[in-house]
Amino acid sequence: MLIGVPTETYPGEKRVALTPETAGHILKLGHTLCVQSGAGNTANIADELYAAAGVEVLPDQQAVYDRAEVILKVRAPSSDSSAGDEVAMLRAGTILVSFIWPAQNEPLMNALAERKVTVLAMDSIPRISRAQKMDALSSMANIAGYRAVVEAASNFGRFFTGQITAAGKVPPAKVLVIGAGVAGLAAIGTARGMGAIVRAFDTRPEAAEQVESMGAEFLMLDFKDEDGAGEGGYAKVMSKEFIDAEMALFREQAKEVDIIITTALIPGRPAPELITTDMVESMKPGSVIVDLAAEQGGNCKLTRANEVIRHGEVTLIGYTDLPSRMSAQSSQLYGTNLRHLLSDLSPGKDGAIEVNMEDEVIRGATVIKDGEVTWPPPAPKLSAAPRPVPPKPVVEADNAEVQTGGLNGTLIAVGIVVVSLLLVGRAAPAEFMSHFTVFVLACFVGYQVIWSVTPALHTPLMSVTNAISGIIVVGALLQISSASGMVVFLAAIATLIASINISGGFLVTQRMLKMFRK
Amino acid sequence: MNQGMVTAAYIIAAILFILSLAGLSKQETARRGNQAGIAGMAIAVLATIIGDGVSSYGILLVTVGVGGAIGAYLARRVEMTQMPELVAMLHSFVGLAAVLVGFASYLTPESHFVGAERTIHDVEIYLGVLIGGLTFTGSVIAFGKLSGKVGSRALILPHRHMINIGIGVACLVLLFMFIGAAPDADSLGTTEHSGKGTGTFILILMTLLSFAFGVHMVMAIGGADMPVVISMLNSYSGWAAAATGFMLSNDLLIVVGALVGSSGAILSYIMCRAMNRKFLSVIMGGWGDTAGGGVDAGDEEHGEAIGVNADEVAEMCRNADSVVIVPGYGMAVAHAQHPVSELTKRLKDAGVNVRFAIHPVAGRMPGHMNVLLAEANVPYDLVLEMDEINEDLASTDVVIVIGANDIVNPSAQENPNSPIAGMPVLEVWKARQVIVSKRSMATGYAGVENPLFFRENTRMLFGDAKESVNGILANL
Repeated sequence: MLIGVPTETYPGEKRVALTPETAGHILKLGHTLCVQSGAGNTANIADELYAAAGVEVLPDQQAVYDRAEVILKVRAPSSDSSAGDEVAMLRAGTILVSFIWPAQNEPLMNALAERKVTVLAMDSIPRISRAQKMDALSSMANIAGYRAVVEAASNFGRFFTGQITAAGKVPPAKVLVIGAGVAGLAAIGTARGMGAIVRAFDTRPEAAEQVESMGAEFLMLDFKDEDGAGEGGYAKVMSKEFIDAEMALFREQAKEVDIIITTALIPGRPAPELITTDMVESMKPGSVIVDLAAEQGGNCKLTRANEVIRHGEVTLIGYTDLPSRMSAQSSQLYGTNLRHLLSDLSPGKDGAIEVNMEDEVIRGATVIKDGEVTWPPPAPKLSAAPRPVPPKPVVEADNAEVQTGGLNGTLIAVGIVVVSLLLVGRAAPAEFMSHFTVFVLACFVGYQVIWSVTPALHTPLMSVTNAISGIIVVGALLQISSASGMVVFLAAIATLIASINISGGFLVTQRMLKMFRK
Repeated sequence: MNQGMVTAAYIIAAILFILSLAGLSKQETARRGNQAGIAGMAIAVLATIIGDGVSSYGILLVTVGVGGAIGAYLARRVEMTQMPELVAMLHSFVGLAAVLVGFASYLTPESHFVGAERTIHDVEIYLGVLIGGLTFTGSVIAFGKLSGKVGSRALILPHRHMINIGIGVACLVLLFMFIGAAPDADSLGTTEHSGKGTGTFILILMTLLSFAFGVHMVMAIGGADMPVVISMLNSYSGWAAAATGFMLSNDLLIVVGALVGSSGAILSYIMCRAMNRKFLSVIMGGWGDTAGGGVDAGDEEHGEAIGVNADEVAEMCRNADSVVIVPGYGMAVAHAQHPVSELTKRLKDAGVNVRFAIHPVAGRMPGHMNVLLAEANVPYDLVLEMDEINEDLASTDVVIVIGANDIVNPSAQENPNSPIAGMPVLEVWKARQVIVSKRSMATGYAGVENPLFFRENTRMLFGDAKESVNGILANL
């Protein structure tokens, strides 16, 4: 099929849905590609690079929409005539793949349905493991998290990392990240990499481990357990008491930290207010707040979407186009997400596209099929987050029982051993008992000595004990001078094989131990 | 050299043996430990030869010389990947020697025991031969399984527990018949035994039974339980030596047998604990029984495993600060230890912190992986045990699992219904990125699905371990 990529028309949008690298992969699926001239300019991809990768460069938007059977885009198509009515240009039967946000854009959905097209929304791909390679929300959030720290740093008048210089000591910056989703974790990693002290908060307890793995401190809420994990890997709305405790924590932190990055957002809802005006005012002069939820009202009511404003001495950054600000990187990742989706759509790799509504991922992404609105899809079956480990009280109880049982068992065993020792001692001759003493003591010596052997040397230990157990040769030697021919014969064979054991065991141990070196 | 001096020499030898085992507790002292063992053995053998009662120096020199040469040849020739086979074979020799010495002792005309002493002596012979016999055939079968001459799958005969119990009861009955039965039809008092008496017959019968028992026992145990089997046979070979010591009233044999026996027993215990299994359930045979089917690994999402190429892995390694390599039996099979060592060196030169994580039951015998890595010149301070490294795995950038499966299975911790629930495992899934080098998606020894392969941070590098690692090297 001919897949076309037009230039993005949304004001300020710099990304493009195709890079020469992803083009190579898509061509391998049997498709052909065309791109509007200049589509990659804002992402540093010249037309020649596309042409070199085997993509046909078409002069204008109209040509792409007229010829392509599949349209790849970043932003949802506009229906605004000033930028060119992209929806009107879609021909019936075309497949459109882009961000759509169907919940927030009902008029657009209706307009698209009227055009009798099929629409796959990148934002509606279910967040399950299998679909992670096409999860554009995650790849874009990752970039947004990184860029949020960069923006914060450029508006922050100090170092991130602590330094002791000839000109005096610089304390490290303290960064608070609220919401440890993909963007939050990326922000944590970036801020850590720049040397800041990072703290993070999330309502989902499972985030603690991830936060700590990125090198940040997880702020615990002094509050009874309430799991904030909702459907599809997002957090859910919490109870009032929880929110109060959370706000108290933020109020305390605001006085202390230099930079706050908020990423708290549940799709389709207005962003929760986490940073109140009085918290902003309590921050140190020069502090920076980056509000990644600005597009949906902001986690701080003072932020204004797409603007950097000053409230007193505090800078509030409300950019909503952070991925677009890194268009080369975001185009590459978004393009890769698209090519993974296309490879799922082209199972035969023969240039045919099949929108298989039985496939959970494709079903989820398809919001309009041949003019029929198919959104919302049936609820996803599985959460992207690891399932909490089911509590195991029963098992623990069992263990306790086993332990007490073990103690009783030990006592009984000790009793049996003592009694049987006494019985043996009563019947056996003195000579036997003296050998027996040696035997028992040697067992204990062996027990004490062996436990201190490092596991790395278990193989040499085995080969050396093997060689040592060749001591049985002594038994054979004692019999080899017997008067009985049969005995001599048996003893000779025993001597022979025990000797193999001794020399083989010691020499191979020697060889092995020589290899262990620091 | 009188008997007192021989005994004094034996004491010195016993002390040297204890020092030998103690020396093995650390790499720094291990070589000295081995030398102490050699010295002890030399003293013991020389003292015995010089002592009273040994006169046939001709046979003695020939047998010791030939045996020593064969041993030296084997030790020089064996490849490190074949260590488990060699150890199993050497165990079988101790077992066979114990059987032969037992028979020889029984047939020795010089025996003069009467009453309780005689009964005890008979029991000692009987036990020595019994343990020696099953050590012998058990080790032979273990050797066959390890070297691929015998199929490594567990052979489960019908009514196998009944067979075992039957053999046990038969041995017990024979023991009672054996006590007091004369080795010779002419009974006591004659100077030369012909070896045709009922006692000898019973002893031969029991030896055959113990051979059968050894075969049956090890046949029923599958491949990955081999570390337990090897350590158990190691233990048995010790007990066989100790029984021989009782039989010959030789304290040195008793001491050494007890040392070796307890050493093997402790190793078996460590191995069983590392698999969270009971010793008896391992000895009783494969997983099938104890795990109750066990194919149902729970309801964890089994999505799609994501493949990866060697060049992408090389890229990840290059960008990582810390890399942990988890080797398993697959590395030994593919002889991949040298490329792995090369990979380690290259990454270390590039400033990456590379370490190894060794699970106690990785491979086919205790410490197997350590020996292979040492052979490939991996410095031993990079090679860490499970307990030492598990905490660090969460802060590791890239974990490369080479030919291991069950020992990195998260369901051991997360799924209480899994057959391997509770087994200590390396928590590799906590790392930022996990690369699993594996031939296929097949399950490991325990037959349990491994959800690790479907984790979001796991990438599968399919193919032979050696080729895969060489591929990474080529792209580094």
